[in-house]
Amino acid sequence: MSADFVLLTLAAAQLLLALAMAFAFCRLLRGPRAHDRVLALDTLYVNAMLLILSFGIVWASRDFFEVALVIGAFGFVSTAAAAKFLLRGEVIE
Amino acid sequence: MTTVAALLVLAGALLAFLGSLGLLRMKTFFERVHPPTMGTTLGTALVLAGSLLYFTTVESRLVLHEILIAVLMTVTTPVTYLLLGRAALRRSDERQD
Repeated sequence: MSADFVLLTLAAAQLLLALAMAFAFCRLLRGPRAHDRVLALDTLYVNAMLLILSFGIVWASRDFFEVALVIGAFGFVSTAAAAKFLLRGEVIE
Repeated sequence: MTTVAALLVLAGALLAFLGSLGLLRMKTFFERVHPPTMGTTLGTALVLAGSLLYFTTVESRLVLHEILIAVLMTVTTPVTYLLLGRAALRRSDERQD
């Protein structure tokens, strides 16, 4: 019973995170301006990282942790580069 | 103990969900910056705490890898939002909308 409850709770959490990704993607498509899209992309990255962490719990595998770490790092780099580009017109001066 | 871990993950997912909902529903950019931070701070912290608790229970040894992601998020999120907010401020000076 307890294992069923754990799996059910994690499934609900994954559904919520997938919906959160869908909302962020919707904002990414709607804009209206470039910095709105960058903010939506950052949110999308964070939600994807949380979703992959929850997948790691469901499959009881440590491999997903590294994937989540890499996604978190890439999310930061891409968002920071995009924000820097919007700020100055070039990424590295 | 795994039940507590699953509930922590659910609470974190709920925060991330509400943050993304706010991102979709708010009207202006400077309102929209606020909601996703719920997911990136407390949401991430709760999911990571759940993951840490779950693997510590299942493998019956102390598993602390998750702290790495927590440190990464804590350090990088303010930098990202600072750059983004500054860019938005600069760009909204150029053209009002």
